[in-house]
Amino acid sequence: MRKTSLDMVQEMALRDPRILFIGSDLGPDTLKELKVQRPKQFLMEGVSEANIVSMAAGMAMEGWIPYINTIATFLTRRCFEQIVLDLGLHKTKVRLIASGGGLVYAPLGPTHLAIDDIAILRTVPNMTILAPCDADEMRRLMLLTPDVDGPVYIRLGKGGDPVVSRAEPACEIGKAILLREPGDALIVTTGVCLQVALAAAAELGKAGISAGVLHCHTLKPLDADAILKHAAPVVVTIEEHILIGGLGGAVAEILLGAGRAPRFARIGIPDAFADQYGSQASLMARYSITSENLAATVTRLLNQTHK
Amino acid sequence: MADVLDQRSKELRRMIVRALAAGKRGHVGAAFSVVEILRALYDDILKYDAKNPRWEDRDRCILSKGHGCLALYALLADKGFFPEAELEKFCASDGILGGHPEYKKVPGVEASTGSLGHGMSIGAGFALSAKLKEQAHRVFVILGDGECSEGTIWEAALFAAKHQLANLTILVDYNKQQTYGAIAEVQGLEPLIDKWEAFGFAVGEVDGHDIDQLRDVLSMVPFEPRKPNAIICHTVKGRGVSYTEGNLGWHHKARVSEAEAASLLAALDTE
Repeated sequence: MRKTSLDMVQEMALRDPRILFIGSDLGPDTLKELKVQRPKQFLMEGVSEANIVSMAAGMAMEGWIPYINTIATFLTRRCFEQIVLDLGLHKTKVRLIASGGGLVYAPLGPTHLAIDDIAILRTVPNMTILAPCDADEMRRLMLLTPDVDGPVYIRLGKGGDPVVSRAEPACEIGKAILLREPGDALIVTTGVCLQVALAAAAELGKAGISAGVLHCHTLKPLDADAILKHAAPVVVTIEEHILIGGLGGAVAEILLGAGRAPRFARIGIPDAFADQYGSQASLMARYSITSENLAATVTRLLNQTHK
Repeated sequence: MADVLDQRSKELRRMIVRALAAGKRGHVGAAFSVVEILRALYDDILKYDAKNPRWEDRDRCILSKGHGCLALYALLADKGFFPEAELEKFCASDGILGGHPEYKKVPGVEASTGSLGHGMSIGAGFALSAKLKEQAHRVFVILGDGECSEGTIWEAALFAAKHQLANLTILVDYNKQQTYGAIAEVQGLEPLIDKWEAFGFAVGEVDGHDIDQLRDVLSMVPFEPRKPNAIICHTVKGRGVSYTEGNLGWHHKARVSEAEAASLLAALDTE
């Protein structure tokens, strides 16, 4: 997914002179072709993320469309005020490509776990937040990013994630995609948790339970219309993010705000720093962000409903 | 340092006081400190078109110490970026001039500042853009001395030197005071000239209230063809009225009374 995202920046920059890539301190082979062919559109500016974000805002105000890439935690926590003021308030067309969204950097510990990025950035007016589920969807969304007004945050998964997205229906920023029709239940998800959701829905289907899957690749603006349209008697959200301020809370706000009160549960990361290393998969399992737990949660809520 | 301000400097301060009186608040000390720096820039150095504030070829000027905005508002009104009557609505709900300047609201304001440590990086982005596009306009960023404690200033300095942004000029309003007390006591900056030189800047030093000195040094930039410029402007916080000079009580003043405003105007007339 990261490779696709950066390749897309290169591809777009080679045909659009407004597009500029800015890295902090990335691998020596990063976007070599762009650096050679369009040296003015390639910058590598060192471990100075706050300056990079504000400087990119200045360039955006001069008509450039900068795409910044570095590790997600450094791009969100460290630069939060630069993001709020120089990207949000100025409504600049700066794109933040965040490596290692969620639990990807499990072996590297809490400093590198971007488990709060969506909560942080949802608070910023004018911000668009994207969390594609796989490389194919990343490609489709990246093509749309140059035209978005204001800043865009692009959350990257680990890479090599199974491709589950479809080219149809047409990908549109701010529009959730229904991958499976709801009946008894609706699962709402984002990012690579779509894979988990689809696996759970398939398992539930074998048990005779029809669980829909709504994939929100855009977390801001969140597609309230689709959530309300497809909400079933049971709604369960699943995300690779802390439960505070994430997708689940946002979905609950939308449902309750519209006077809807389905049986509801959120699956995500608890309010605690990670106490283990391991892998993305092992931490997902530790937090029960799994198809088994998702299917069990849907089943439990359905049984409650039937009482 | 000139002992007595000339009539133009006094009139700009009167405009500041009128806005202060209207809003009943403002950073008087920071504004009085930076008047001559802004006056020299807008009177003699910057290229701009007040009727077309986003003119592509204009020089960009960012007041990174956004709390000094009363002085910027006085200059922008004086030059016709907006009607002088706007000063009477300083901090009003229907006004465009707030306690910190906003890019999308105020014609002539190049960046929203107020949180310190942002303007220099934005200005560095402007300067790199101009260099890459081979545009001739220049970028000027005014920093507060207290602001130089922000780490982003020095990140931006590394960046500007790396890219040899000779089209970027930093002016430090060095009045040697910040909110709590003397800069030297709160977070000393000395040797400040050495610091900027060590970060790859060509450095000038002037009396920041002496228009002739400011005009002369600003006319000389770039000092060197491949280095960004820093000008240390020695100033006095609250300059212009004897009892505001060096008086921390006037760094920021809320609930400014009509009598206090009248006293400031009287002092500007008589001192």
